[in-house]
Amino acid sequence: MKRVYVNPEFCLGCKLCEIHCIAAHSKHRNNVLKAFKETRFRPVSRVIVEGDNLNSFAVQCRHCDEMFCAKACITGALQKDPKTGAVAIEESRCVGCWTCVLACPFGAVFRHYGEKKYAVKCDLCGGEESDPACVKHCPNEALVLRE
Amino acid sequence: MQYVIIGNSTAAVGGIEGIRQVDRVNPITVISEEPFHTYSRPLISYFLAGKVHEQQMLYRKHDFYENNGVNLMRGIKAERIDPLNKRIVLNNGAQISYDKVLLATGGKPYLPKPEWMRKPGVFTFTKLEDAKKIRESIATGDQAVVVGAGLIGLKAAEALNLLGMQVTVIDLAERVLSSILDSTAAGIVQGYLEAKGISFELTTTVEQVFGENRVEGIRLSGGKEIACKHLVVAIGVVPNTELVLNTPIKVNRGILVNSQMQTNVSDVYAAGDVAESYDLLYRAHRVTPILPLAYTQGEIAGKSMGGGETSFNGGFAMNSIGFFNLPIITAGIILPPSSGYKELVNYLPGQQSYKKLVVHEDKIVGFILINEVDRAGIITGLIREEKPVGDILAEQLLQDNVRLSCLPAAWFSKGLFWGGKAS
Amino acid sequence: MPIGLITPSFIVERNENKCIQCQVCVRQCANEVHWFDEETQKVFAEDANCVNCHRCVTLCPTSTLLVRKNPLEFRENSNWREDIIRSIYLQAESGGILLAGMGNDQPYPVYWDKLLLNASQVTNPSIDPLREPMELKTFLGRKPETLTIKNGKLHSSLPPQLELEIPVMFSAMSFGSISLNAIKSLAQAAQEVGTYYNTGEGGLHRDLYAFGANTIVQVASGRFGVHPDYLNAGAAIEIKIGQGAKPGIGGHLPGQKVGKAVSETRMIPEGSDALSPAPHHDIYSIEDLRQLIFSLKEATEYTKPVSVKIAAVHNVAAIASGIARAGADIIAIDGFRGGTGATPLRIRDHVGLPIEFALAAVDSRLRQEGIRNQVSIVVAGSIRHSADVVKAIALGADAVYIASSALIALGCHMCQKCYTGKCNWGIATQEPSLVKRLNPQIGARRAANLLRAWKHEIKEMLGGMGINALESLRGNRLMLRGIGLTDRELSILGVSAAGE
Repeated sequence: MKRVYVNPEFCLGCKLCEIHCIAAHSKHRNNVLKAFKETRFRPVSRVIVEGDNLNSFAVQCRHCDEMFCAKACITGALQKDPKTGAVAIEESRCVGCWTCVLACPFGAVFRHYGEKKYAVKCDLCGGEESDPACVKHCPNEALVLRE
Repeated sequence: MQYVIIGNSTAAVGGIEGIRQVDRVNPITVISEEPFHTYSRPLISYFLAGKVHEQQMLYRKHDFYENNGVNLMRGIKAERIDPLNKRIVLNNGAQISYDKVLLATGGKPYLPKPEWMRKPGVFTFTKLEDAKKIRESIATGDQAVVVGAGLIGLKAAEALNLLGMQVTVIDLAERVLSSILDSTAAGIVQGYLEAKGISFELTTTVEQVFGENRVEGIRLSGGKEIACKHLVVAIGVVPNTELVLNTPIKVNRGILVNSQMQTNVSDVYAAGDVAESYDLLYRAHRVTPILPLAYTQGEIAGKSMGGGETSFNGGFAMNSIGFFNLPIITAGIILPPSSGYKELVNYLPGQQSYKKLVVHEDKIVGFILINEVDRAGIITGLIREEKPVGDILAEQLLQDNVRLSCLPAAWFSKGLFWGGKAS
Repeated sequence: MPIGLITPSFIVERNENKCIQCQVCVRQCANEVHWFDEETQKVFAEDANCVNCHRCVTLCPTSTLLVRKNPLEFRENSNWREDIIRSIYLQAESGGILLAGMGNDQPYPVYWDKLLLNASQVTNPSIDPLREPMELKTFLGRKPETLTIKNGKLHSSLPPQLELEIPVMFSAMSFGSISLNAIKSLAQAAQEVGTYYNTGEGGLHRDLYAFGANTIVQVASGRFGVHPDYLNAGAAIEIKIGQGAKPGIGGHLPGQKVGKAVSETRMIPEGSDALSPAPHHDIYSIEDLRQLIFSLKEATEYTKPVSVKIAAVHNVAAIASGIARAGADIIAIDGFRGGTGATPLRIRDHVGLPIEFALAAVDSRLRQEGIRNQVSIVVAGSIRHSADVVKAIALGADAVYIASSALIALGCHMCQKCYTGKCNWGIATQEPSLVKRLNPQIGARRAANLLRAWKHEIKEMLGGMGINALESLRGNRLMLRGIGLTDRELSILGVSAAGE
């Protein structure tokens, strides 16, 4: 399946991926300004940039075969889609126990606190057909969606 | 080929999904003592607190059994296994035969004084039925006592507190969550829970339970008496091994299994809270009743039963638990058992933030994180992969946010980076 | 500290209604203009550091930022202009030479803008390049006096030639003055489009040998990075005598830009200043130049054309004639608007000639002397768009070099601060954290796109003139008319006035 990969040679650490991820997952889909200014519970980014300007890389869910998160999930909210291979979380079934946070070796599951708390992770912005927001807005093409 | 799985919780689901990864054809029979669709056991405290409805507790969707070709026998108990004739005797008198069987019977509450249970108002707290009974029995303002300050006990105490009850927790240990927290961490958690209105009586035990028709109170070993209308006994769970009594299947504390989750008897497998399996950190067989391990073992057992190639490298304890809004994540060995271990601690009392790593021979073997739990899985991964982090790296993980970038890129770059060189 | 007299050149305006405090600007500004205040949780700007490179403006996800020229004005004065007053303040503080990057920005006339192209109407048909073939292929190198054809095939052997699919090449920019990623971008674009890039005096980094067939390797007064493999790696060799941004002076790459890779490529110690002398110390005459030309031809066994690059100076025509007679196959002439990574400001702005005049003069002179066929003429020094290319060809050039336009394609915003080494666009810098900002895949795509776009436009203009091969336009000054030019200027350019 396709995943988002990072080329650290060209990752600038600008964190635009994080900003656009937040916007893409806000109710003001893809509108950065409204997502940040008008949202009471701003979503957390599903991608995290590590490092500094010189050495940096973005990390998001690897949709790995081991899927430690899904195996650890106490509610069954986290599961691998047998058709696409994507590991997806049903936010409505998540109770925010953070066992997935404990299990993911990439640290790619994040905690959302709002009216309800639940875990969030990269959902490839809904599918593999088009580039997710982070890839689309990476100014240096350091992020790519590929097999 | 007839697969039989005894039990219907996490390890059983893992078993079904494991079998179906390698065998989409042969039928699976699941014998479930409880009359329910598979549900999440850890959610019973959420159910009790009213945070989730019964329908939200389903561990797998409604069509799970149908989609996986499973014949679910609800409300039927497997009484005995006859490995010689490869048969299971059920409580309705019927017998079913198997080609491969997975024992996923889980654990049962440890009861020091089983006679308490006969008194109305006394409950255990491991199953949905328990939670339902408690909900029916309680009323706001009631006094409740929880025996056991472990994971189950404290989650029960939290739920009862949220329901507006006055809760006292009693434990023999000198601190709460003694199996997963050290005393500093336990102090933080206890203080936090006390601030929410939960009382504690530690280093003591229940000597007597009062009440004729219903529980009315208890007396502690020191003589102190506490009135209560409800008593929740949550001292711990023990492997539910009744089924294999008087069979050649080897039991220590739990049913002993190898890295394929096989018992010593061919075609009999065990997984989950009933199994005693290899622990990566203690380098010995142990019973570790946690959900992630139950699923993993179940899946491995299933794959092995279906003829797939797989192996269990060993598990270790890991728990993520939250009370109100205080997240706690721990894993592995949190109290050094001998002198060869190093404890690294970063404690900010004002912020209720506590981070501790336990290092043994350059490897992280355990950690406790309170409040600062983000990306804890990175450390879990280092334990799982037995990475030689050394002191400097461990110190970095402790002082800064937990992150990949302080680790050698080769440890994580595969599958994350493309093109460019790892820096 | 005494009071400084230099006020900010630019003002950074932040629309507080739109700023989301994401700090992308903070992370992206190498000049440390933007900073985040932990106490107020707000981003502020230090205007004095701003060079107006637009990096922050471009990356800001909410279009919050605007950079303006500081509206603060001195008392109006046509003589003591603001830039002159500021430069005096600067020198009064530093006691040093004023430096500048890129090319002459002063308001001298741009002669390209005073030349107009012809088009066909009624009496001769124009050509639609989308329907009919159009030839832009260009060969650079010495052409023989006569050709012998046998059985319909070329019989005489031709001297070595460069073959261009478009009469535009990337001009010399050294590894050191620009980043390796910038060079990789241009090298790959040249390969994709079928033209050449030029190493400048920076040697050839090992990663670039793969692009050898599209490389012109330069030999300059410092001889940095010159060795037999280098000479043989390229498709042609260029002897650099001078460049338009700094005629008559040498180059200076400061030691802090000489990192490991630059040091290895230039074959100089890490951290040492790379000083290119003003003259070649072995060239004091046309005869000396001839020796070097033939030394290089010997070294490469006469398989590669040798070019000589000079800055356009007053007697450029005579010099070019000498160069042709010295055995050069190509003469590259760099006009006074030619860019650079660093040059003394006063030299950049006050020395040299417009390339338009230099080209016209050289082409005319070589024709008069009957040696035009012996050399190809490549012109440089601010070729800004495809119309400039077409006008240059009509004035007599065989091809043009572009550099500033190529860098703009890569992201350069003409802030002219190349010499600081802090190029926020990853072009004129050696700082690894800045160099990585230019992904050569993107750079190559953009540079190649620019050339392809120009190619389309050149074909359109040729078609309009009824010409279907660039060769028919070369030196065809009848296709040009001057506008707003004096008789003297018209006669030097060799073109008629508009309306004639």
